[in-house]
Amino acid sequence: MRAPTAPRPTSRRATRVRPLIGPLVGLALAASGCSLAGSSDDSSAAPDPASGTPSASGSASGTPAPGSGGKVVLVTHESFTLPQKLIARFEQQTGYDLVVRASGDAGVLTNKLVLTAGDPEGDVSFGVDNTFGSRAVDAGVFEPYTGAGAEAVTEYDLAGDDAHALTPIDHGSVCVNVDDTWFDERGLEPPTTLDDLTDPAYEDLFVLPGAATSSTGLAFLLTTVAAYGDQWPQYWADLMDNGAKLTAGWSDAYFVDFTQGGEDGTRPIVLSYDSSPAFTTTDDGTSTTSALLDTCFRQVEYAGVLAGAQNPAGAQAFVDYLLTPAVQKALPDSMYVFPDVPGTPLPEEWARFAVQPDRPWSLDPAEIADQRDAWLTEWTDVTTR
Amino acid sequence: MSPRPAARQALGRVATLLALALPALAVLGVFFALPVSGMVARGLLPEGHLDLAGVGEVLARPRTGRVLWFTLWSSTVATVACLVLGVPAAYALTRLRLPLRRVLRGLLLVPFVLPTVVVGVAFRALLSEGGSLGGLGLDGSAVAILLGLVFFNASVVIRTVGAAWEGLDPRPAEAAAALGASPVQVLRTVTLPMLRPALVAAASVVFLFCATAFGVVLTLGGLRYSSVETEIYLLTANLLDLRAAAALSLLQLVVVVGLLALTARLRPDAGARPGLAPTRPRRPRLLDAWSLACVGLLVLLVGVPLATLVAGSLRVDGGWGLAHYRALGGTGEGALLVPATQALLTSARAATDATWMALLLGVCVAVLGTRRSRSRLEHRVRRTVDGLVMLPLGVSAVTLGFGFLITLARPPLDLRDSPLLVPIAQALVALPLVVRTLTPVLDGIDDRQRQAAATLGAGPLRVLATVDLPAVWRPLLASAGLAWAVALGEFGATSFLARDERPTLPLVIFRLLAHPGEANYGMALAASVLLGGAAAGVLLLVERLRVPAVGAW
Repeated sequence: MRAPTAPRPTSRRATRVRPLIGPLVGLALAASGCSLAGSSDDSSAAPDPASGTPSASGSASGTPAPGSGGKVVLVTHESFTLPQKLIARFEQQTGYDLVVRASGDAGVLTNKLVLTAGDPEGDVSFGVDNTFGSRAVDAGVFEPYTGAGAEAVTEYDLAGDDAHALTPIDHGSVCVNVDDTWFDERGLEPPTTLDDLTDPAYEDLFVLPGAATSSTGLAFLLTTVAAYGDQWPQYWADLMDNGAKLTAGWSDAYFVDFTQGGEDGTRPIVLSYDSSPAFTTTDDGTSTTSALLDTCFRQVEYAGVLAGAQNPAGAQAFVDYLLTPAVQKALPDSMYVFPDVPGTPLPEEWARFAVQPDRPWSLDPAEIADQRDAWLTEWTDVTTR
Repeated sequence: MSPRPAARQALGRVATLLALALPALAVLGVFFALPVSGMVARGLLPEGHLDLAGVGEVLARPRTGRVLWFTLWSSTVATVACLVLGVPAAYALTRLRLPLRRVLRGLLLVPFVLPTVVVGVAFRALLSEGGSLGGLGLDGSAVAILLGLVFFNASVVIRTVGAAWEGLDPRPAEAAAALGASPVQVLRTVTLPMLRPALVAAASVVFLFCATAFGVVLTLGGLRYSSVETEIYLLTANLLDLRAAAALSLLQLVVVVGLLALTARLRPDAGARPGLAPTRPRRPRLLDAWSLACVGLLVLLVGVPLATLVAGSLRVDGGWGLAHYRALGGTGEGALLVPATQALLTSARAATDATWMALLLGVCVAVLGTRRSRSRLEHRVRRTVDGLVMLPLGVSAVTLGFGFLITLARPPLDLRDSPLLVPIAQALVALPLVVRTLTPVLDGIDDRQRQAAATLGAGPLRVLATVDLPAVWRPLLASAGLAWAVALGEFGATSFLARDERPTLPLVIFRLLAHPGEANYGMALAASVLLGGAAAGVLLLVERLRVPAVGAW
């Protein structure tokens, strides 16, 4: 055990509680020299947000001199990653330190933001998508902001978000994927439509994550609502009767049950993404899987400035940064999504194998916000019957 | 000489009592009671006034009934299965001279400290249609959930009952046998009644763990089953139906308090009789075949999924190799912000801090709970504090996690950005283990020794150093090891708190599993093996300390 060391400057806020909860927290603080002193250098240079954001009064997209300090806290979901190089470049260009706080999926993220609306955990958020967007916007989570690059991506704006609280950053479609080699070997035609999935010819071949526990699964539920309207519960009853298998999460379905995911998978039809075929390429330059483009639902991810942010200028700078060519170009490899800015070059394998649907299914975000809970409850009833 | 030594002494006692109780109460108050009540209040006081009718409405929903029923029967069946397998195994592993006895005991404890995401993947790889046991058709069935629950909790029974069995006076049983009782009669009329407190404690803790199991139910049940815990998660994290979540959280809390009160009543005040050397293990006989079979079954149940995990981590492109382990030094195929090895260091540091905290608090609570009381009230206060530390085990991590966010957000308690939150949350989970390991040991010290020391002029600290410390240092080390291993694998609360710059290893595993690419999957398995290996190493060291009560309840 390392000897206790004095807490670092970052713990200033923590030490404030000392007189309140007695000597023990003090002891705990001292004992925790490990966590604090051992932590990476991200925090040592960062002044308290209350004290040092000299550029906060500056213009929205104004670029402060490098090193002018202050930190921007990004609240995001657990799938967020960007190359270290790009994060460093943001910090160098703007003079802010970027602090990333990631936890939960898009649903957990949205609900966290709603619960802390007006008193947010950070300054800017990335990762609320079009299935949760309305809930966050209605709860006043975001401060309206239209940055310089936003004009290029208006195609992806959240319907009903007239004040422009959210800026679209990337998109990807949830589509049914099939293992082409599996169907080839058996001389079978793979399915192509939603209706095909309930055809007895494809009995016991489909595996998908559940709508209640996975945002991917939720997107497919929305696909069926968009496709079948009020009749969607019947479609799901047929799907379950045809031996569709539900898993808790996407990785469970893809890596354990899908024939191209794990070694022991037995099901050649899986719910995944339009970009997934780019990850199943072989040495001879083909992909062993393909996405069924008539079964897709498009998810758009947004960024926004949080209402009540300590550093709104920094938050705006980060939203702008996400739309710069360098970040947009890095999105496919980092987060497996397509960049929203038109004309951004794609990685070679994506350009060849990740085919996007022309006309994905879609629903009005307001309707999703209204009906999501009722749909999920009914979905649970149908699938657990 | 003071004119009123008695009064001064009484005052001193109260002061000591408070000083010992205060740290634990303060930490529990700030990091448990406040966040949980904050979330419950959000649900039940939507417009500032109490909405109790809503609670009734939620509890009357047909779905709530189904969820409660599933939680109840699955936990009961799993608890019974744990007892049926665990009690004979506890006997075999404490009273019989078996090769590798301590290694087996260490191995059986490994699941207890593994994150459920990892175990879920290992089980599914085994049980899914294409897995080696796919022919059994267990995937997504209630049986799979039950297997998972037994996998996690059998060691609790082995530990608790084993510790009691080791300290059991063999003479009554020998006397009964000499008087002509058959082995079954001896077991039924002498041994089991003497073990009753341990059995009840083990059963209620296992029931508690089963009823609050989260990952096991979700991953292994194929979504067809919902327990109270998964329901609270869905209601909070997905539907944002805070009223229903609060109603279920309250219900859960009531049941947990009831269970803990029941255990506390049945737990004997005095621990194992002091001065009695543990019985020496003897050679197995033919009659022991049954208990040996139980050990074998449990070793299979624990060993096969763990072996699947290890095998999976070594699978590289259809062959075998260490590529996934070498990849841990990097960030995967862009899935991570920091290398997995860095996360292991973060985990180790956080777990070390959590251990410190859990030990500090645990020693206070254990001393408090075992000192002789002068009055009924004092006794009750001591027992209550002792029971309170168990509460965090019975509350949903999502309630606690969201509660942290909304209640620790403003001065004077602006703690949600603090890097200490993760170790503190882990310490809350490890604390009950520390207390339960230390309490029987301190209980077993004859209070007359302390009184004699005091009479001879030793002050309270001197008494502690010369009477308690020599008896307690090994259990202290052992519980430190156990706390460290548990903190290392903690996932529930940590997943809501850990910061991305400093993710812990369980979080990294979870992230890797959520990203496409075979390499990421292999890395996740390799990281799991690393985590399990680190925990197992520490647990084997703990076994060498030969403390019977470690990990017992």
